[in-house]
Amino acid sequence: MSEPLLEIKNVTKIYGGTGFFRKSRMTVALQDFNLTIAAKPATITTIAGESGSGKTTLANLVLGFIRPTSGQIFYKGVDVGAMDGRQLMEYRREVQAVFQDPYAVYNPFYRVKHIFDLVIKNFKLARSKAEARAMIEEALNVVGLRGEEVLEKYPHQLSGGQRQRMMVARAYMLKPRLIVADEPVSMVDASLRAMILDIMLRLRDQHNISFLYITHDLSTAYQIGDNIHLLYQGSVAERGATVQVIENPKHPYVQLLIDSIPVPDPTVKWGGEEISTLDDEQMRTSITSGCRFYGRCRYRMDRCLEKAPPLYPVGEAGHEAACYLYAPERETVR
Amino acid sequence: MSVKMEYRLGPAQRTVDGREITLEVKNLKVYYSTPTGDVRAVDDVSFHVYKGEILGLVGESGCGKTTTAMAILRMVQPPGRIVSGQVLLDGVDLVKLNESQLRQVRWNTLALIPQGAMNSLNPVMRIHTQIAEAIVTHEGKQPKDKLRQRILDLLAMVGLPSRVYDMYPHELSGGMKQRVCIAMAIALHPSLIIADEPTSALDVVVQRVVGQTLLDVKERMDVSMILIGHDMGLQAQLVDRIAVMYAGHMVEVAPVRAIFAEPLHPYTQLLIESIPSIKERKPLKLTEGLTHDLRNPPPGCIFQERCPKVMEVCRVERPKLRQIKPEHYVACHLYE
Repeated sequence: MSEPLLEIKNVTKIYGGTGFFRKSRMTVALQDFNLTIAAKPATITTIAGESGSGKTTLANLVLGFIRPTSGQIFYKGVDVGAMDGRQLMEYRREVQAVFQDPYAVYNPFYRVKHIFDLVIKNFKLARSKAEARAMIEEALNVVGLRGEEVLEKYPHQLSGGQRQRMMVARAYMLKPRLIVADEPVSMVDASLRAMILDIMLRLRDQHNISFLYITHDLSTAYQIGDNIHLLYQGSVAERGATVQVIENPKHPYVQLLIDSIPVPDPTVKWGGEEISTLDDEQMRTSITSGCRFYGRCRYRMDRCLEKAPPLYPVGEAGHEAACYLYAPERETVR
Repeated sequence: MSVKMEYRLGPAQRTVDGREITLEVKNLKVYYSTPTGDVRAVDDVSFHVYKGEILGLVGESGCGKTTTAMAILRMVQPPGRIVSGQVLLDGVDLVKLNESQLRQVRWNTLALIPQGAMNSLNPVMRIHTQIAEAIVTHEGKQPKDKLRQRILDLLAMVGLPSRVYDMYPHELSGGMKQRVCIAMAIALHPSLIIADEPTSALDVVVQRVVGQTLLDVKERMDVSMILIGHDMGLQAQLVDRIAVMYAGHMVEVAPVRAIFAEPLHPYTQLLIESIPSIKERKPLKLTEGLTHDLRNPPPGCIFQERCPKVMEVCRVERPKLRQIKPEHYVACHLYE
């Protein structure tokens, strides 16, 4: 078996917890998270969940902005935390990011060309101006833009969709193996969203670039994702092939989530029963052991409070859900 | 047979198609001045809101939907200005009012739930103090226990438990804060509430709770609402009629069922086709083209650069918003 591109092993990230009131101030942002992205073929792995579920923490961990409290992240078999300078440079070139807000990443005082010049300089990608220009042009063509149309403009003269495509072009120019895309389309207009998603698919298929697609929008994940990990308050609630999970959700939280997506059809009203989110904040602090979804769950049982449920297989091809409803028979009868 | 009628109403008329209207916007123009010419953010927009209905105002960012809302509230900031037009709320033209008259109208008859409203709460004031402040500012001092009961009733109305009364904003989740803002908006029984993307920063489960709260409030108080947003799925669930804006122009207005069953304007068609589906996996629908420079709109239709069905006439003559079917208005040469 070939070595995976990225392997995340039992990663936990805890914020706070230093200082006098240790326990009470700790926030577990991500707990015992495991993820493997194969080197070949390139895939789009979706990390989905509501705000505060730990998805951006995961992105920051993979990008090396923060370090895990425990657990390890391996890139091509090397622990990211133990890399030397040269390896780290390679890692930072091959793992690129596209962020949510295409307005905030540009410096308004520079022409947009600047973002390309910077990466070319920092990573010493080109030896001459002509070579640099050709590289930029090629990268822009991949995302469907033309150099003379955009490069000499200032950021405010471009549309949100154009700016986001340029960020993808910038990432592409470094010939990455993995792009961490943190909500790349949530601030782009609906009519232009498809174009960016299509670019992601083309980069996957034609250029063998994998994506870690971080989003709260399950419908776009369903349209382009290969695998999905659904987080709830830092733990994986359900994971598996995207189509399997979305069409046949097993975990009560994921079922609620999918029921809550507004149906773009006025004749079909929101499904499911009235729901309550009132005690969210209380739940977060009061439940220290056991299933974190307990307070909102329809099927809650006593054993859910004792210990957090592990991932049980619930379907084909690695479809798993962290819920005691799917515990094997002999384990439930005790 | 199509009924051809100019979408304009007489000055004294307060009913349309036999239904009472709360708000009527007529030929509204809002421009932003820039060194290189005026940006026509809202260009000759007319629409109305019936009593007790939710009108959805949709379109991509920069199409003028928030500017329209700000113009209704007379809150357009320089370099923006209302160039011309009328905003009739219960028959009163808001464009003509002076500052002190406006202060009477705002919050009393016209309330706003701003974008990211939950961040507008004061972090060092308890929830009840903030709501009380809004009431006392507009109605003057009142007996304490009466005020307390009124605030508790408001919280109950938006589905919040009474313990929220004594809490601070940081103790509440995003959805709860958003509902506090709804409670503040309805505190003085306005006749129109403008909600600017009230759920855009919330996740789907909370979004649904807040959406249902809005529907509930509308039912119980018989208030009119304008719900600004770009999520067509959410609009389908919440609104009665939809008004679609593109580049500062109103391109289609119709009841929500009609617009989803049969969108007429090519831009509306595009909007509805590009909704990602959770029911079936289908190829992505791509569109090319850019919106023209808003400082210098081309002659003819404003959607011509991106329209897949563009014709000769679209380059020359701008289509007017006209009635094609009962209550269904569209500005497109295809239907003439």
